[in-house]
Amino acid sequence: MNNLKTAKQLNSFPKKRSLLRLSRGSKERFTDKLFLSISLLPVVLIALLVLALWLRTQPIFESQSLWSLLLGQTWHPIKKQFGFLPFIAGTVWVTLVAMVLSVPVCLFSAIYLSEYARPSTRTIMKPLLDLLAAIPSVVYGVWGMLAIVPWIQKSFAPFMNKWLGYIPFFKVNNPTGFGIMAGGVVLAVMVAPFIIAITYEVLQAVPNGLRQASLAVGATQWETIKFVVMRQCLPGVIAGIVLGASRALGETMAVLMVVGNVPQLPTSIFDAAYPLPALIANNYGEMLTIPLYDAALMGASLILLLVVLVFNILSTLILSRIVGRTWT
Amino acid sequence: MKRRRFEENFFKGIMIFCFLLVASSLGFILFIVVMKGLPALNWAMLTQTPKGGYYLGKEGGILNAIIGSIYLAGGGTLLALILGLPIAFYVGVYSRKSKIADWVRLSLDILWGVPSIVYGAFGFILMLSMGMRASLLGGIITLALLELPIMTRAMDEVIRMVPRDLEQASYALGATRFETAFRVVIRQTLPGIITAILLAFGRGIGDAASVLFTAGYTDRLPGGLLQPVASLPLAVFFQLGTPFPEVQQRAYSAALVLTFIVLIISLGSRWLSNRLSRFAHE
Repeated sequence: MNNLKTAKQLNSFPKKRSLLRLSRGSKERFTDKLFLSISLLPVVLIALLVLALWLRTQPIFESQSLWSLLLGQTWHPIKKQFGFLPFIAGTVWVTLVAMVLSVPVCLFSAIYLSEYARPSTRTIMKPLLDLLAAIPSVVYGVWGMLAIVPWIQKSFAPFMNKWLGYIPFFKVNNPTGFGIMAGGVVLAVMVAPFIIAITYEVLQAVPNGLRQASLAVGATQWETIKFVVMRQCLPGVIAGIVLGASRALGETMAVLMVVGNVPQLPTSIFDAAYPLPALIANNYGEMLTIPLYDAALMGASLILLLVVLVFNILSTLILSRIVGRTWT
Repeated sequence: MKRRRFEENFFKGIMIFCFLLVASSLGFILFIVVMKGLPALNWAMLTQTPKGGYYLGKEGGILNAIIGSIYLAGGGTLLALILGLPIAFYVGVYSRKSKIADWVRLSLDILWGVPSIVYGAFGFILMLSMGMRASLLGGIITLALLELPIMTRAMDEVIRMVPRDLEQASYALGATRFETAFRVVIRQTLPGIITAILLAFGRGIGDAASVLFTAGYTDRLPGGLLQPVASLPLAVFFQLGTPFPEVQQRAYSAALVLTFIVLIISLGSRWLSNRLSRFAHE
């Protein structure tokens, strides 16, 4: 008798527990459809990002051609002149300086971690890189304003001007310290955790047999790295660098705070610049009050998005082939 | 041989130097933020809202930004979780190794690299088309879009680690994929999922560019979903730009609080995942 009751209870159990009073089969089919449609969201979102920005940029083509937009040098929103060239140049300068500073240091660090370091050093390094990647960009900006800008203004810029000032590239035309160099230093530190982590992953994917074969024929460890390991993983390392560069391109707040924000074509690494993300962030307030201004700023976002998309798609495809999985 | 040994040692020295440079830059950043922020931090700073204009007001604290940031990042993370967990289950359990799963992963990776200012601009367009103004809701939606790829890919990575046998055993007992996902896989991956959530929260709370357009800024505590709301990164950004040292103090303390929150989350999620994964394997 007692047993029967339990059996009855057991029978009614699933019914009471099912939230939507769906059978197991229909629950399965329902969630399959539902989850599939949610999963398509990321794919749709990419298209939607491009489409929305493209539609909002359209009005500006009534008064300007694409080329005059991209190559124009004057920025006069009130006169409806929107030349993006100074901003594109600013973005390129800051990104290049950041990569030149960051890439060698990151490669050497990643090689050290992967090939030389003891396991204990590696276990310390992972959380350290995570922390570096976790620090918000505004905090990087504060650091740049308080530490890097004064250092450039007081020591680095005068020093370079004194010894290398005859080269226009190092000439100091702007004594404030706010400029491309400051932005480059801050960005270099910001992208370092990404580049190191990706390069490390790529190095780890090189089969150990290759290293052992090279060491066995008498190569030193550095020679093994130089002639065997690096050859093997060059595409992956380049992909990692491109991914880091695309991070640097889109970085807004930290750069905005230290780069000076003067729309000009820079000639020296100490000049102030005005990268695209800074342009967007600085002017969102008045963009709806001046005609076509919003279209111009959305166009700036679109340029940024398209460049980053191309960079990301290429490097992600290369990396997924090498590491076997894509990087997150 | 001498030259080769020299080369070996030379490059090893350079590598160690580079490694120490990267490691010490973290210390340098933390030192600057703590050195500037700690003297500015006091109880009133944490428990009061600014009195009279974030740009001019000299008294009060950053409570509006702290609460606002928690609302923004919390809401964004929740929304991202509601969307991200089904995606992670779909590509990891429902439709393993399908073409669709590959495409979803690829698009998530691409979205992960989209700059936050672009999300901000997109969120702004979205809000204009819905007739909304800068508000908590707008900020939450934009942050959710920003956090979605980070959270989902992190969850996907842990779901992939689940032994195939475990799922097979579940199917063999007659369980559906729904039951396998929500009864077996989620239990096995819970530490990883929590880590993914914390990771996304940490990214969301520190992001300034996306909330700049969409959440606005206010001196008051958040009033409702459709009211503008302050956030810590923007509190740093706006208040640092004023000529008043008293207001700049608020920026420094906001930067310290933000850094502290982010570091606690980063270290905490690591500790949690180590600890919980130990339990999961026992």
